[in-house]
Amino acid sequence: MKYIDEFRDREKAQVLVKEIEALVKTIPLAKERPIHIMEVCGGHTHSIFRYGVEGMLPREIELVHGPGCPVCVLPMGRVDDCVAIAERPEVIFTTFGDAMRVPGSKKSLMQAKGDGADIRMVYSPMDALELARKNPDREVVFFGIGFETTMPSTALTVLQAEAEGITNFSVFCNHITIVPTIKAILDSPDLHLDGFLGPGHVSMVIGTAPYEFIARFYKKPMVVAGFEPLDVLQSIWMVLKQIKEGRADIENQYQRVVPEDGNAAALDAVAEVYELREFFEWRGLGSIDHSGVKLRDKYARFDAERKFAIPNVKIADPKSCQCGEVLKGVIKPWQCKLFGSACTPETPLGALMVSTEGACSAYYQYGSLKAEAKAEVDAA
Amino acid sequence: MNIIPQFRSGRRLGKVNVPTVTLAHGGGGKAMKDLIDDVFVAAFDNADLAPLEDQARFDLASIAAHGDRLAFTTDSFVVDPLQFPGGDIGKLAVCGTINDLAVGGARPLYLSCAVIIEEGVTIDLMREIARSMAASARAAGVEIVTGDTKVVHKGACDKLFITTTGIGAIREGLNLGAHLARPGDVVLVNGLLGDHGAAILGARGDMALETPIESDCAALHELIATLLAAAPGTRAMRDATRGGLATVLNEIAAASNVTIEIDETATPIREEVKGFCEILGLDPLYLANEGKIVVIVPAEEADAALAAFRAHPLGQLAAAIGRVNEGEAGRVTMKTGFGGRRIVDMLVGEQLPRIC
Repeated sequence: MKYIDEFRDREKAQVLVKEIEALVKTIPLAKERPIHIMEVCGGHTHSIFRYGVEGMLPREIELVHGPGCPVCVLPMGRVDDCVAIAERPEVIFTTFGDAMRVPGSKKSLMQAKGDGADIRMVYSPMDALELARKNPDREVVFFGIGFETTMPSTALTVLQAEAEGITNFSVFCNHITIVPTIKAILDSPDLHLDGFLGPGHVSMVIGTAPYEFIARFYKKPMVVAGFEPLDVLQSIWMVLKQIKEGRADIENQYQRVVPEDGNAAALDAVAEVYELREFFEWRGLGSIDHSGVKLRDKYARFDAERKFAIPNVKIADPKSCQCGEVLKGVIKPWQCKLFGSACTPETPLGALMVSTEGACSAYYQYGSLKAEAKAEVDAA
Repeated sequence: MNIIPQFRSGRRLGKVNVPTVTLAHGGGGKAMKDLIDDVFVAAFDNADLAPLEDQARFDLASIAAHGDRLAFTTDSFVVDPLQFPGGDIGKLAVCGTINDLAVGGARPLYLSCAVIIEEGVTIDLMREIARSMAASARAAGVEIVTGDTKVVHKGACDKLFITTTGIGAIREGLNLGAHLARPGDVVLVNGLLGDHGAAILGARGDMALETPIESDCAALHELIATLLAAAPGTRAMRDATRGGLATVLNEIAAASNVTIEIDETATPIREEVKGFCEILGLDPLYLANEGKIVVIVPAEEADAALAAFRAHPLGQLAAAIGRVNEGEAGRVTMKTGFGGRRIVDMLVGEQLPRIC
């Protein structure tokens, strides 16, 4: 595949790995303990496991798989709300594929579909709008989920629905914002992170300026990274370089996609359609101020939360779940008491086991051969 | 076949004169006889089917001439859409059951064909699919000798479901099994992986992607016979249908208590399928195939097996993709093209596209 294979080149990878090995040896901190770098975005987690990147890195570097999987962090109560809307007889409920399996307190969307709810997988909110045009006697609800990456497409679909005067389309808005979440992690007292790989697709929309506080106030380096494995390796090298030089800057490795100022058209649509919520509940992390958006009053008629009565019941995470600690890098997935026993991809209890982008599920499915080797050494 | 006795006498083939299948065609009366005659008997015509008894009857000696054990298998086909690039549900139903017999080393001999039709399906479509089944069976040297027809209310099934059951014979001395893989063995596939899964997803049309990818649907028993002649020590063979390559490798690794490691760069996948998966967030290792087998052969027979594959039209792009090793029982790993290693696990359920 042209323009993709170039970023998966084995020889270039080997050169980069050698550079990383050499660089990490010159960092004094790495002699005391492993350097912890968090990849914020689930897309990076996927890439790291898919290509076996983690096992190629020297022992002195540990990757911490962050909260950037929107499916994983969706709380059970919101899934219950989805199911309640989806089970209304007049509703066609549309969703991205990997949200189907997220467990609610009683069932997932997949189970609700099995019970007879009309739930359909779509690849774009525009597909949901097309369903609304084709089914004027039904109510089509789109399950808006994701960070700033997917936020603009939902916003543009709402604007399109308004322009066409479509009245049987609405959005159940669960869009979340990345910056308050990174801040919540940085404010955590048990933080062990030395640097970040910044989310590439989110940054394509919002640019790199919103991260400045990470460098300025928290003195942590961040490199906005692309999703191909060479992007990931190069970005790790760039973070290490900053640590070595005692710098904390926001750098952009993904310049071929991410403009410093973001995408003005996308940001305009987002500002037009949404406003910040006071707080939003995250599975594993709890309530985070200003971390979600909802539709503005002007677009209330496209807001499924206002169109339908929803239960809106808060369901606490299972007590024994240690998702929060895994998300913050305090423990590794396999150190959680439930990992692989009570909590598996078949029957996920915690957020991070839900989607293949979740750290625990990724470990369970793709495995970390390096982690296992380490666990064996630790056990010996 | 549930035919009222009086119809058996005439043997004049009935004719359907309405455009679509209705519940009347499942009622056991004249309409049903007409449907069976017009659609199925006309297409499958053969000496064993012709008497239209409630069962096909075989001369045991003629089956025993092909081997010392009977192979018996069944499979249901519910594919949507019914027709897709590279095949249709009829071809799939014949080839799928032939392959299930053949991967056990059996020579496929006879098939049954049971259909469940949703009312409203056009007679023309039924004729086309029956003809496709007949053509696939004829090309494979297999006869469809018995069957059943049911018609159900709209919504009680999705257009058309077909179940085929197959009988074959396994020749003396041949003993293949998923539990027989041994460390040192080589893993082969007979060509490009993932075509069928990608073709079906593309043909459903809800991805809004136009793909030139065709299903690889094919009967593999001749290819397998060629392979077994060239590599008589072959240990195990599975067709990589639902769940794809990854699932079959996991099944074999678990049954044999071994580890299997494959090499991503050696695993043949069409560029178009890679691109299709890239856009949709799918993994080609889990895409279904309908004309691909995974074979475990002892290392010393690997070259001969590969040469036999490549000499056959259905194995030209065959490749040795990995090795069986000692290690944790049931584990499958892959050396990635990028230089890392990953675990290739079983899927939990259906493969779901990723959000971003």
